[in-house]
Amino acid sequence: MGKSINVSLIGNPNTGKTSLFNRLTGLNQQVGNYPGITVEKKEGICKLDRGLKAHILDLPGTYSLNTTSLDESIVVETLLNRNSKDFPDVAVVVSDIENLKRNLLVFTQIKDLEIPTILVINMADRMERKAISLDIDLMQQELNTTVVLVSARKNLGIQELKDAIANYKQLTSEPCVNASVIDTEYFDNLKKTYPNQSVYKLWLVITQDVNFGKLDRNRDIEDLKKHKFDIKSEADLKKMQHKETVVRYQFINGLLKKVLTVDTANAKDIRTRLDRVLLHKVWGYLIFFVILLVIFQAIYDWSTYPMDWIDGAFASMSSWANNTFPAGPLTDLLAEGIIPGLGGIVIFIPQIAFLFLFIAILEESGYMSRVVFLMDHIMKRFGLSGKSVVPLVSGTACAIPAVMATRNIEDWKERLITILVVPFTTCSARLPVYLIIISLVIPDERILGGAFNMQGLTLMLLYLLGFVAAIFSAWVLNIILPINRKSFFVMEMPSYKLPLFKNVAITVIEKTKSFVVGAGKIIMAISVVLWILASYGVGEEFNNAEAIVNEQYANQNLTVEEMDQKVASHELEYSFIGYIGKGIEPAVRPLGYDWKIGIAIVSSFAAREVFVGTLATIYSVESDGEEEQTIKKRMAAETNPILGGPLFNFASGISLLLFYAFAMQCMSTLAIVKRETNSWKWPAIQFFFMTAAAYFAALGAYQILK
Amino acid sequence: MNTTIADLKRGETAIIKQFDGIDVPLKLLEMGCLPGNRVTMMQSAPFKDPIYLDINGTHLAIRRETAVTIRVELDG
Repeated sequence: MGKSINVSLIGNPNTGKTSLFNRLTGLNQQVGNYPGITVEKKEGICKLDRGLKAHILDLPGTYSLNTTSLDESIVVETLLNRNSKDFPDVAVVVSDIENLKRNLLVFTQIKDLEIPTILVINMADRMERKAISLDIDLMQQELNTTVVLVSARKNLGIQELKDAIANYKQLTSEPCVNASVIDTEYFDNLKKTYPNQSVYKLWLVITQDVNFGKLDRNRDIEDLKKHKFDIKSEADLKKMQHKETVVRYQFINGLLKKVLTVDTANAKDIRTRLDRVLLHKVWGYLIFFVILLVIFQAIYDWSTYPMDWIDGAFASMSSWANNTFPAGPLTDLLAEGIIPGLGGIVIFIPQIAFLFLFIAILEESGYMSRVVFLMDHIMKRFGLSGKSVVPLVSGTACAIPAVMATRNIEDWKERLITILVVPFTTCSARLPVYLIIISLVIPDERILGGAFNMQGLTLMLLYLLGFVAAIFSAWVLNIILPINRKSFFVMEMPSYKLPLFKNVAITVIEKTKSFVVGAGKIIMAISVVLWILASYGVGEEFNNAEAIVNEQYANQNLTVEEMDQKVASHELEYSFIGYIGKGIEPAVRPLGYDWKIGIAIVSSFAAREVFVGTLATIYSVESDGEEEQTIKKRMAAETNPILGGPLFNFASGISLLLFYAFAMQCMSTLAIVKRETNSWKWPAIQFFFMTAAAYFAALGAYQILK
Repeated sequence: MNTTIADLKRGETAIIKQFDGIDVPLKLLEMGCLPGNRVTMMQSAPFKDPIYLDINGTHLAIRRETAVTIRVELDG
């Protein structure tokens, strides 16, 4: 075991910090959570020379150490707490050659915390094209640290960076800007009260607590009060922070005048030309719409192949298990509980991977910010922000990261509304329910000269319905929520980049993995519980099912197989789950469902994706398990016990689609909303309103269409 | 002297003079929107909101309601 040092990667958003992190750690990384909060914590290991290992922490992107959001607060926390196991031995600040000035702001702040800090200038490969030249030696001298030019994209300078990290002991921890000039008296007092501490650190503790609210360190503020230190009012502190920013920019401007030369004649670039088209008042919107259309058509068409294959593979695995192992409850559990349950998880992988692939490409290329720009004015009218578009679009993958992605919305009201309406967007867990029902009730035909598939178009309509529901409820919430807006909106427009394969691949793998492991556990557990509930029961009707059925059909000359089927069906009806299903049947019958769908819906309240798995479990328990039948065929064969005809017809299908479009059926989302809004009030409101909307929409649709 | 960023036409450049009102978002300063800096209006969305600016090489978008509080002087 070699020695290990702690490295924190810090930098503005859009500087290629994550690309650099991926370069340094490769797949040797893990994503977790900071204790008690839901911000993603990305860590990785990088091997340096001579057996030295660097434990690298990729901190959230931040423009400064002035805390206004949870993400920034994490960066500040990490850098202030010397006792934390994450406290860096060396900080690596990532900047981008084209935005050096703005990127240096946070660098000067970190340097002033007296932490050894390396400055990385990324995208160095663009220097020549942009006619930028930089005096690195002078820069190192002025900033009193090591400056490394890299290109994460072209894999240049990475070794030099590793060497610089390995030699971190040679770095001084001297500050570079004297922030105390903004109010000498105040800082002198601070120094007198705490002679042994860095004044800049104290200053950050004060501003963070006053502006952002106390996390775990209110002791510091209490302590200051005990020492009769006048902290000053919030408005005064804010003015001082403004002054601090100006002082830092003066230093940076002075520095860059000496070291940086840019030939501005070359400034007209691809960005301007692309923006002209992509942000055009007509073409811009049209292009956005076409991109969405392509994504949904592609997901629908491409993922059906691996999905059919997975569906078939699990069906044959079940029958293989049934035929191979000795009959008994364990084999039944495996063949009818565990394997179909696993299948219900694995079948999502193609779609989730595709969705995250597209989202990652849009984010990486810089196009997502253009979407925010195009949509802000419209979204504002509905009480949302242009930045709500990103959560609403990522909501099509999963509401959980989407709710977390609302953090960069500055205005609380806009943020709260976004959180409340995001679960209406069509998340990937709804997809399997949609896909299976669409394939049952919508004809597989091409329309408009064969350009569009009816089923694909229906799916697209469902996605649109999700958005419309989200936007409409946002509009209502904006009117009824008694919160004053204190809105301001600043967004960086990053330059366009070709998405890096490695970054996209890592995002897709990470997100898919976290879905399979996270949601998979719930689905698995529910499948097993369902199987138990469906396989056991009490009372005469269950225990003597065979005798009762034999008697009932004694005169009808049924084959052995038909008889077995009847017995299984009778057992299921009187099992635990049968009783539960019968109990809720009166509530779901007006929507066009039978008690089996009722059970699937009830179990879906834990997580929607359970729906298909539940039906698979129920039907395979019911069938004799001998023949290899896919879940789709089973569903198509179901008949309506009262009206006759297929159970899944156009009316009940549409009713089910609408129910799943609106209902709040995801425990994990509710838990995240509770954490992000810090109260049970909002998730409770969300749950009751969405579910009520779902019930009445489904009721209306079935009663009209039947 | 009553020109604000919201009055700039596409491609026009100006110098930032001062902010109206006390509640200037700190984030705006952090992104380089400081008095004395040059600002170029790049593009605007329909209804001139939001507005896409180039401030000393930093490209950012702000809403119209913020833009009308930033006074500028036309350059050249």
